[in-house]
Amino acid sequence: MLAEVQPPETSEHPAIISAKEVSVYYSDKKALNAVSLDIGENQITSLIGPSGCGKSTFLRCLNRMNDTVPGCRVEGKITLDGHDIYASSVDEVLLRARVGMVFQKPNPFPKSIYDNVAYGPRIHGLAKNKDELDDIVLTSLEKAGLLKEVRDRLNATGTGLSGGQQQRLCIARALAVQPDIILMDEPCSALDPIATAKVEELIEELRENYTIIIVTHSMQQAARISQKTAFFHLGEIVEVGDTEQLFTSPSDERTQGYITGRFG
Amino acid sequence: MTDIQEAKKKASWDSPETRKNLARRQRSERLFRNIGLSAIIIALCMLATLLVSIAGKGYSAFVQTRFTIDITFSEEVIDPKGERDEEVLRAASYGSLVRDALRQEFPQVTSRRDLRPLFGIVSKGAAAQLREMVMENPDLIGQTLPVQLVASDDMDMFNKGFIDRNVVEEDRRVKDREIAWFDQLDQKGAVETVFNTDFFVSGDSREPEIAGIWGAMVGSFYTLMVTFFISFPIGVMTAIYLEEFAPQNKFTDIIEVNINNLAAVPSIVFGLLGLALFLNVAHLPRSAPVVGGLTLALMTLPTIIIAARAAIRAVPDSIRQGALGLGASPQQTAFHHVLPLSMPGILTGTIIGLSQALGETAPLLMIGMVAFIVDIPGGFTDPATVLPVQIFLWADSPERAFVEKTSGAILVLLGFLIFMNALAVLLRKKFERRW
Ligand SMILES: Nc1ncnc2c1ncn2[C@@H]1O[C@H](COP(=O)(O)OP(=O)(O)OP(=O)(O)O)[C@@H](O)[C@H]1O
Ligand SMILES: [Mg+2]
Repeated sequence: MLAEVQPPETSEHPAIISAKEVSVYYSDKKALNAVSLDIGENQITSLIGPSGCGKSTFLRCLNRMNDTVPGCRVEGKITLDGHDIYASSVDEVLLRARVGMVFQKPNPFPKSIYDNVAYGPRIHGLAKNKDELDDIVLTSLEKAGLLKEVRDRLNATGTGLSGGQQQRLCIARALAVQPDIILMDEPCSALDPIATAKVEELIEELRENYTIIIVTHSMQQAARISQKTAFFHLGEIVEVGDTEQLFTSPSDERTQGYITGRFG
Repeated sequence: MTDIQEAKKKASWDSPETRKNLARRQRSERLFRNIGLSAIIIALCMLATLLVSIAGKGYSAFVQTRFTIDITFSEEVIDPKGERDEEVLRAASYGSLVRDALRQEFPQVTSRRDLRPLFGIVSKGAAAQLREMVMENPDLIGQTLPVQLVASDDMDMFNKGFIDRNVVEEDRRVKDREIAWFDQLDQKGAVETVFNTDFFVSGDSREPEIAGIWGAMVGSFYTLMVTFFISFPIGVMTAIYLEEFAPQNKFTDIIEVNINNLAAVPSIVFGLLGLALFLNVAHLPRSAPVVGGLTLALMTLPTIIIAARAAIRAVPDSIRQGALGLGASPQQTAFHHVLPLSMPGILTGTIIGLSQALGETAPLLMIGMVAFIVDIPGGFTDPATVLPVQIFLWADSPERAFVEKTSGAILVLLGFLIFMNALAVLLRKKFERRW
């Protein structure tokens, strides 16, 4: 079954991440069962599916955040640019600098806006001096579409921003580390429609330079922003394909059922 | 189905049954509120009684009776050779200056039987007082000037009204002739009640009127320093390790249970441990702040570890995830984010632990910090005592005048405890974070 849902190779978007037969166990409980997925470069891939089907679990495999969960075990192979990210030679800390993550709940550090964005570059030594650091912070805020709103209060605390601003701050924070890939786990679920629209707009803009994988519960959102969509169900990928095709003519009846709202 | 609907209808707002239920519920809520309120009132009353009784007994320790008496700093007595040599000045018999002055003041007293009590109306510390004056300013030699001499403890008690002159003489510590001398001085305006600086700047003494708590305060300070610098880093590191790095397994479970149990161990047991470990094995000096501090550190460690773990656990996981997601190592996550965010809680716990340690007596008795020590400790290895032990020692002394000293010292100790706890509250308020 899995073989037939392999995505068609698109020449313009070579796979930057490729997951093969990935299974994840929490203690003895199997949360993902032999999931395979290729993620195209500079594309937005959305992961949809009912609650508890393993979307977040899969996302966390891609930057090895699952390593921090006690009792979690990952089987299978995930390659980034052809390198196995679970190989013993790979340092998960460096990997996470390349594969950034934005979480469901905005989680700015309770520090100033500036320090929030500057934290990543600081620990990775990306800036040689204060000017360079300023530069990184400002460009990241600019890219996250937040600069206009916070330019004159960079020293205000990040937790004092509105929810949508906080989430864009978290995106800016991730961008400042200059990753290639950004993982987003339901980044808009805690936001109101206007803030959501802003973040969505931002994600679309980021596509030019970044590869984005986004988990979402909103079918409209997946349809609006992503080029490719993977439908998860009970720890497996049921169907994956071009977003438009998956939403208009799903080949699996479970996908059909989910997107028409019969379960999930 | 119909039954249920009917029952529902009956149980509507106005039915007598509902009203009965409501009345019962409100009664029980009122009862609960009143019980809680009276519990608080009883607690407050007890606290007030305690404070009032201690303050009532203790406030008089902060004042001191002094007699203004003309002292002749006779060169013959102090420095017969006129060399102003320090050693000579120090060794001179200042007591005889006091005695001469008293003889002059009370020329009517001549018999040996009366002179002894006469010399006893000023403190034995008066001689030292004069010595200090002369050492500081040798030019005094040869002059005659009025000096406020500290009164003896009995005179002090009499002046403060703790000894009643209407009691028959046999039952009274201060005899009639002493009262007469006192009255004579009083008429001259030579009796003064002044702020008792001695109490705050001198060490312990056999003479209650000049005994002070400075020695104990310094001892407490050194002891708490040792306690802090041992227990704080170890406690915080332990907490961070257990919360952020240790794997969850049987072994860490056992450690956790043991730390919690350790916090409940009676403090005297820590004293025994200190005795066995620091004195008998490590042969550290007896009665020294370093040993007391180490022993109290053992006692304070579990408190700090438990408080620090709670504070660390209260840091939301999303902060850790955010940091890890940016490529921070677990260590960077712990020290850049988790630790600073939990610091207010950790400090609060530490201060509470230290204020416990400040008030602790039992373990220090085990390691010999209960000795009578006059000198102000100058370091971590000097013999010293601490505030609560000083209170214990004074409470054990028979002289009436030590009663007020005891209460005065308790007031000082309470002052420090309140200060420390207020500091803890302040820290918590100041650094409280919104997520
Ligand atoms: N830390 C964990 N420990 C144990 N089980 C977990 C853990 N995290 C997730 N699981 C389990 O793994 C399965 C997949 O969870 P996951 O969080 O990936 O679902 P999800 O698709 O993201 O759901 P949602 O849309 O509700 O976020 C669930 O059954 C969940 O109970
Ligand atoms: Mg999820």
